[in-house]
Formats: sequence, structure tokens, C-alpha cells
Amino acid sequence: MADLSTDFVGITSPNPFWLASAPPTDKKYNVERAFRAGWGGVVWKTLGEAGPPIVNVNGPRYGAVWGADRRLLGLNNIELITDRPLEVNLREIKEVKRDWPDRAMVVSLMVPCTEDAWKAILPLVEETGADGIELNFGCPHGMSERGMGSAVGQVPEYIEMVTRWCKANTRMPVIVKLTPNITDIRYPARAAKAGGADAVSLINTVSSITSVNLDTMSPEPSIDGKGTHGGYCGPAVKPIALNMVAQIARDPETRGLPISGIGGVTTWRDAAEFLALGAGNVQVCTAAMTYGFRIVQEMAAGLSHWMDEKGHTSVADVVGRAVPNVTDWQYLNLNYVTKARIDQDSCIKCGRCYAACEDTSHQAISMSPERVFEVIDAECVACNLCVNVCPVEDCITMERLPAGATDLRTGLTVTDTPADWTQHPNNPAARAAE
Amino acid sequence: MAATPATPGVVPGRLDAADYAANFADLHPDFDPHEAAVAADRCYFCHDAPCIAACPTEIDIPLFIRQIATGQPEAAARTIFDQNILGGMCARVCPTETLCEEACVREAAEGKPVEIGRLQRFATDRGMAEGHPFARAAPTGKRVAVVGAGPAGLACAHRLAMHGHDVVVHDARPKPGGLNEYGIAAYKTPGGFARAEVDWLLAIGGIELRHGTALGREIGLDALRADYDAVFLGVGLPGVNGLDLGGSVALRDAVDFIAGLRQTADLSTLPVGRDVVVIGGGMTAIDAAVQSKLLGAREVTIVYRRGRARMKASRVEQDHATDAGVRIVTNARPVNDPAAPAGHVAFDYVDDDQTPTGERFHLPADQVLVAIGQRLDDAPGGLAQEGGKIAVSGAGRTSLPGVWAGGDCAAGGEDLTVTAVAQGRDAAEDIHASLTR
Ligand SMILES: Cc1cc2nc3c(=O)[nH]c(=O)nc-3n(C[C@H](O)[C@H](O)[C@H](O)COP(=O)(O)OP(=O)(O)OC[C@H]3O[C@@H](n4cnc5c(N)ncnc54)[C@H](O)[C@@H]3O)c2cc1C
Ligand SMILES: Cc1cc2nc3c(=O)[nH]c(=O)nc-3n(C[C@H](O)[C@H](O)[C@H](O)COP(=O)(O)O)c2cc1C
Ligand code: SF4
Repeated sequence: MADLSTDFVGITSPNPFWLASAPPTDKKYNVERAFRAGWGGVVWKTLGEAGPPIVNVNGPRYGAVWGADRRLLGLNNIELITDRPLEVNLREIKEVKRDWPDRAMVVSLMVPCTEDAWKAILPLVEETGADGIELNFGCPHGMSERGMGSAVGQVPEYIEMVTRWCKANTRMPVIVKLTPNITDIRYPARAAKAGGADAVSLINTVSSITSVNLDTMSPEPSIDGKGTHGGYCGPAVKPIALNMVAQIARDPETRGLPISGIGGVTTWRDAAEFLALGAGNVQVCTAAMTYGFRIVQEMAAGLSHWMDEKGHTSVADVVGRAVPNVTDWQYLNLNYVTKARIDQDSCIKCGRCYAACEDTSHQAISMSPERVFEVIDAECVACNLCVNVCPVEDCITMERLPAGATDLRTGLTVTDTPADWTQHPNNPAARAAE
Repeated sequence: MAATPATPGVVPGRLDAADYAANFADLHPDFDPHEAAVAADRCYFCHDAPCIAACPTEIDIPLFIRQIATGQPEAAARTIFDQNILGGMCARVCPTETLCEEACVREAAEGKPVEIGRLQRFATDRGMAEGHPFARAAPTGKRVAVVGAGPAGLACAHRLAMHGHDVVVHDARPKPGGLNEYGIAAYKTPGGFARAEVDWLLAIGGIELRHGTALGREIGLDALRADYDAVFLGVGLPGVNGLDLGGSVALRDAVDFIAGLRQTADLSTLPVGRDVVVIGGGMTAIDAAVQSKLLGAREVTIVYRRGRARMKASRVEQDHATDAGVRIVTNARPVNDPAAPAGHVAFDYVDDDQTPTGERFHLPADQVLVAIGQRLDDAPGGLAQEGGKIAVSGAGRTSLPGVWAGGDCAAGGEDLTVTAVAQGRDAAEDIHASLTR
């Protein structure tokens, strides 16, 4: 049996599945239920400074995008950080950590951008016995207008400064949570590292409007006829998160910086993909909010089963395995030539590949009166669209042409010597192949 | 004492009121919007979709399903009605398992087609609730006589009215709708749908209905040809094939039995046998048998002279009958056997080529319903015939100039509601083309 326990910046947990800072981690009652269900750790719902608590809207705070069977594909929220008094949260954090010593307890924080504010809160958190802190530089709504959250996360200099203050004022590991609402994620990650961060976590939510009510002309969720941008999360954002995690994992300046992967993790497979792209663990919010805490059982069992199948004995063994295979476009092998192949036995003759290729691609699929669909090699550019629109898995596949074969589209003989854009004759900056 | 299923003879009131209501409730109830969204999402929006070609009226099925999926069932209904003005009835009665749904690629893929028929019902119910969707073109001053207010005649009349012609529909019976009103199984079209659909269709205007006006009785073809610019015949197959079993048992025509059932206001007043035998293998045999069972008959047996694969009723309908508790006996033919016990019908088992195998059996029968086919009894004189039906070429042109025919009475059809609609519509287009040339 694979060992799922993890050590993330010195914080140990029985498995790599943490609950992200959000409603599931807003109070003792929820967190204890989560731990009973098997979650390895939590990042407590973001705390603000002492004083009058935050005020949330009293109308709907979530919007959503659904599939036809109401499967939740994406969730959006306009919730702020915790609206419970600071001392209540601190007391509960302390109690839970005391009662669940083997689980990770990280506390998310967001206070105004002054060193005094951070200096004031850090000892209070330390006193709870928590394992670490996460700096919420990600929240895209409500707090950012007050100069916090993504307002900080979008300015690398601020990230570095606040991180440095925290490192100087606490013994606890500091995880910096990044916002995806930025052009190049590597800059904030580098800033966090420069400030001394022990790790980054990402992504927080993506700025979004989920839908518009066409009767009232109000964005959803609608508060008395008006709406505002919220933060998007859930399965829909996973591709965005995976890319950002991979970019940080392979950036020469941040390589090796621990990453906590967040964004759309719903199954063991999603988690394994984040780990493979360099995350040391994962955090989950929407999946738990959609299905309840029990999903962690499928995640843990699934990850363990897959690791056993592949012979990975520890989570660390998986982390970063796919990173060397993430490269820049210019280094992709242009001599790798494939063609679409349609398996006539599994073809159900829907013709979607034909419509897609004929209308929007390269007119590389023929259709006979008997609805037999065949690839015309002389036209196929191997774009993969037909594979993606085919409703039958593995009916259309991309098959590599062997060396020595002729690519009927280009008339060129296929070679098994790789060559990329940096060597291509059409590239004015090409260097000759060695 | 009230009758029960065990009461001998042909008697009414075998069930209590709740059972009648449950037995004759909607066979496939309407989807709710969520069910419809899920069912619609299964459509792959195929290129040149095979289901369209499999629909005799060639409804753009992927388009209407996509319109349901995007929350506009009324627009979906419009797509359906463009091709098939009786799309509401067809959604209820089409044997989709041998038409659109048989061609659905998901039938090939997983044996579970997109539920096209029920989605069509979802759309058309909502579309019809919005009122009549079509407007008439400017009047042409042309008048067309349609004989028969069944699906063929109604579809023809509607399309002609749409093109601006004035139409007079003559029907022998007191109510319009043809077999929609008098023939289709009660549980496929409950709640007076057939009548409501005709009223909705007529709302286009320009169509006058004349009841109790039979061709060959009150009116003649020559007179119609003289009085109108064109004539469409959609008289169906008003005659039935008979059977002679020597008077040993009372035989009842199944179509007539069903018509009585469809027209009754109170099912508990309808007499039905304790032991019912239905002879035949088509949709009529199935419907007569199932409805006898639902009226409270204790034993109902369909006896068909060939194998099950050759029954005209689809497999789904056969299964529907057996699920209802009807027994299906195949390769057996009724014979006049004076030695049969009282109240029994004699049958000989036969090979596929109808040679008796030498085995004879007797079934108890209080009531024998005969469903061995309908025919065009007295075709209007002067019309060429083919296989006992009116011979047609092209879009329903008969041998007489200015006279078109479609539906069951015309040769070459499938004897389905939907083919009748298609033929009526196509004849109307042809008539329109010839009148406006
Ligand atoms: C019991 C039964 C069940 C069926 N179930 C189904 C089913 O589930 N699904 C399906 O698709 N099909 C079914 N069918 C077949 C379907 O009903 C017919 O194919 C369809 O109704 C044919 O339409 P039509 O307009 O040609 O004829 P009809 O519906 O028969 O209409 C003909 C009309 O012409 C009138 N008429 C006849 N003679 C004259 C005359 N001399 N003068 C004036 N008017 C006249 C009649 O009164 C009638 O109104 C069933 C048929 C039967 C008998
Ligand atoms: C309702 C809601 C409230 C959230 N509140 C916080 C928060 O207070 N602090 C924070 O760092 N992230 C917050 N998040 C973001 C999540 O922690 C997480 O980064 C994001 O939802 C992406 O993960 P997911 O796709 O698994 O949901 C919130 C998310 C949701 C849905
Ligand atoms: S891979 Fe692209 S170009 Fe080739 S057949 Fe498929 S859709 Fe057409």
C-alpha cells in the first residue's frame, strides 16, 4: 500500500488532501466533520484583524454554471473572509489542533498592508498551536477594493514586502496564496520566494460573472437587481490552475519552491495531475461544497490504488514527475507526424468528426453515402479536433507515422530525428542543427 | 353484484373506477423540464442526421432537440410543425422504435436511443399551448375539396390553407380526426387530445369541415371535380377484412370494438369478455388485446398465423402486450371446427408456409376480435387501383387529373399516422404548385 502521508514545508498530514480556506473550514463544527471524514488537513477560512467582524451580503452569494443534468461545472462567489469574531476563530482553531494533532492546521490571514497589522495578528495565531499560515493575496472581490487580497497579490512588490514581514515576525511556515487574476503567474511567485515564503499555494478564484438574468438584466447572483464580479472555482478552472502550477514548477527562478495545488480538484485523478506537475499536496474547496466531505475517501483510495498500480510508494515519489515534459512550443518536435485514424468497428456514424473537419478544419474526412467516414491523409494536419468531438472514446485516435513513411500532406519522408522550431528553415532566428 | 374479471360472458364493469383510470392513463407521460433537458443533452447533433431521414415527415430532429436543450420548447415545436402539423399526435403514436429512434446513432452505440418521441411531445405540448403558429398566405381564390378528415386529409388541408387556398373537408363520420379519434389506443392519446389537436390545427382558418358527408353517399367524385379546383382523397381504409368461422362463435371487428372504446364516456359501461381471443398480428390486434385486458378481461390471447418476426406490430408493441399480460400465440390459424367445445375457437398450428402441422387446439373465447386488416371497400369509380388501394404516382397523383390521394387509402404507404401526414402535406404542395402554375 502506497504511503499517502506528506510533509509539506515541515507540516505533516496523513494524506495530501487539505481543505482550502473557504466555508468548509470556517468553524470547528465543519472542520471536525472533515477530519472525521478523513481530510489530511485544513487551511482555516481567512481571518481578518481584530475589531468589528466582516459583513457579508444577505442575499445569494454564489452563482454557478451547470451541465444538462445540473452537474456543477463551475461555482462563483462574492463571499468575503470570515465574518465571525477573531477570538472565536482563534479559540476554535486551538481546540481543533489540540484534539486532532496529526492533521495539518494552517491559518489563512488577510489584514491591511501595514507591518503593524501583521505583527498584531501573528502571535495570536501562533498561540493556537497552528502549523502554519497562508497569506490570502488572492481574493478577487470585496477585500481587494479595501487594498487587501488580490489588490496585494497583483503587485509583486507588495507580496514580497508582506511575506518578509511575516517571516520576520513568526516561527510558522508561511505559504503565499496566489491570485490567477494576473498576466504572468511567475512574477508573484518569484516575489513570494524573494520575500522568504516557504511555499506558494494556487490558485485562488478567477474573476468572473457566471451569467446574466435576461429578464431582469442583472448579473447572477443578483442582489436586489444588481450583481458584481465574483471568484470562479470548481472543475472549470482546473486547466488554468494546472498551467500556473506547472509554470512555477519549471521556472528556473522558483524551481523547487513547494507548491500547494488548488483549483477544481474533484477526484483522485485531478490530485495526481497536480502532484505530477509539481504540487506537494492539494487543496479542495468546490468539490467538498458540492458533494460533502465524504469525497475524500474516493480521493485517498483512488490515489493510493493508482500509486500501487504504478509502483509509486510515496507521494513525494509522484511530485513533479511530469514537470520535465512541460516545455515551450518552440521545443516541440516538428518531425513527430501523426494522422487521425477512425476505427470503423466502433464508429457509430454520427458524423461529428466530418462536420468539424469539413466546416472548421481541413476537409480531411470523407463521408460516403453509407455514412462511412474516412481520413484523407493528404489533407489531415493531425489537429486532433475530430478526436475531441467524437462521442466514442478511442474511436478516433492519432497514430504516428513511422520513420520512412511519406506524409501524403507534405510529400515529405518521415524521419525519427527530432527537429523543432529553433532549427526550422522558416525561422529567421534558426540555428543549424548540430 | 358487480362483475369481476372472473365473471363469465361479455359483461361491463369488471373493474372499479380507480383501475379504469389507472389503466387508461397516459402511456408515456410528458417529461418535466429537467427530464427533457437531460434527454435532450444526449443528442449528438449528428451531421446529416440519420434520424431525419428515418422520419417520414423529415423533421429536423437535431435542431428541435437543441432548441429544447437551450430552453425554447416553443421554438422546437415550430421546427416540428414546419414539417409535420400533427407532430403532437405523432409524438404519441409513432412507432419510434422502427422510425427515428431506430436510426439514432445512440441506438447503434448503446441500444438506448435519444428519446425523440417523448422530446417531441414535450415540445409540441408547449408549442400548442401558445396557440396556432402559422398564418395564411394571401387568398388565391382557389378551392380544394379534401375527402376524409384523418391525418392525411388534415395535413393536406392545413398546408393548402397556409398557401392561401380555401379548403372544404368532407368526412363521413360525425367527428374529425379519422383514426386519431376512432382508432389509436386510448392510453396513447388520453384527455381528448385528438379533438383538441384538430381544433388547434383548424385555427389557421380557411378550412371548412363538413361532417356526415360521405363520398359515394352525399357527394360524388365527379361533382367534387366539377365544383373544386382540385380534390384530395384521404379516406383511409374504411372496410375491414372478415373471417368466416361458420357461425360457431360470435366475431367482432377489432377496429369497431376500439372505436366504441374511444368514443365511450364511461369505460365501465363497455362489455368485454372474460376470455378474449384476438386474431391478427398488427397494431390493431395489439391495441384490441391490450385494451381488452385493461378493461378487465381475465385471459387475452393474440393468435397470429405467422412467426413473431413477421408480425406487423413492432417488437416494442409486442412486448407492451405481453407486459400487459396478453399471451401471443404464433403460427396458428383459426378453423371452422364443428366439433369444438361450446364457447371455444379451434386453431390449427401451421408452418411458415401456412401448411397445417396436424396439431389442433381450442381456446375458450367469450369474445373473438378480428384484426386481420382493413381495406378500401368501395373506391370511388374511375380511379386506377393497385393492390386494393388507389394507385398514385409522384406526390399522390391519381389516374384522374385534378385528383390526389394519400394516407392509408393510397397504394405504397406504411399505414402509419406519420406517413399519412407526410403524404397529405406533399400532395398539398403538389396541388399548390399545379394551381399556381
Ligand atoms: C386500431 C388502430 C391503431 C393504430 N395505431 C397506430 C399507432 O399507434 N401509430 C400509428 O402510426 N398508426 C396507427 N394506426 C394507423 C393509423 O391510424 C393510420 O395509418 C392513419 O390514421 C391513416 O390516416 P388516413 O388519414 O389515411 O386515414 P384515417 O385515419 O382512416 O382517416 C380517414 C377518414 O376518412 C373518412 N372517410 C372514410 N371514407 C369516407 C368517405 N367515403 N367519405 C368521406 N369520408 C370518408 C373517415 O371517416 C376518416 O375520418 C392504427 C390504426 C388502427 C386501425
Ligand atoms: C465560497 C468561497 C469562499 C472562499 N473564501 C476564501 C477565503 O476566505 N480565503 C481564501 O484564501 N480562499 C477562499 N476561497 C477560494 C478557495 O480556497 C479556493 O482557492 C478556490 O475555490 C479554488 O479551489 P476549488 O476549485 O477546489 O474550489 C473561497 C472559495 C469559495 C467557493
Ligand atoms: S485531425 Fe484535424 S485535420 Fe485531421 S482529420 Fe481530424 S479534424 Fe481533420
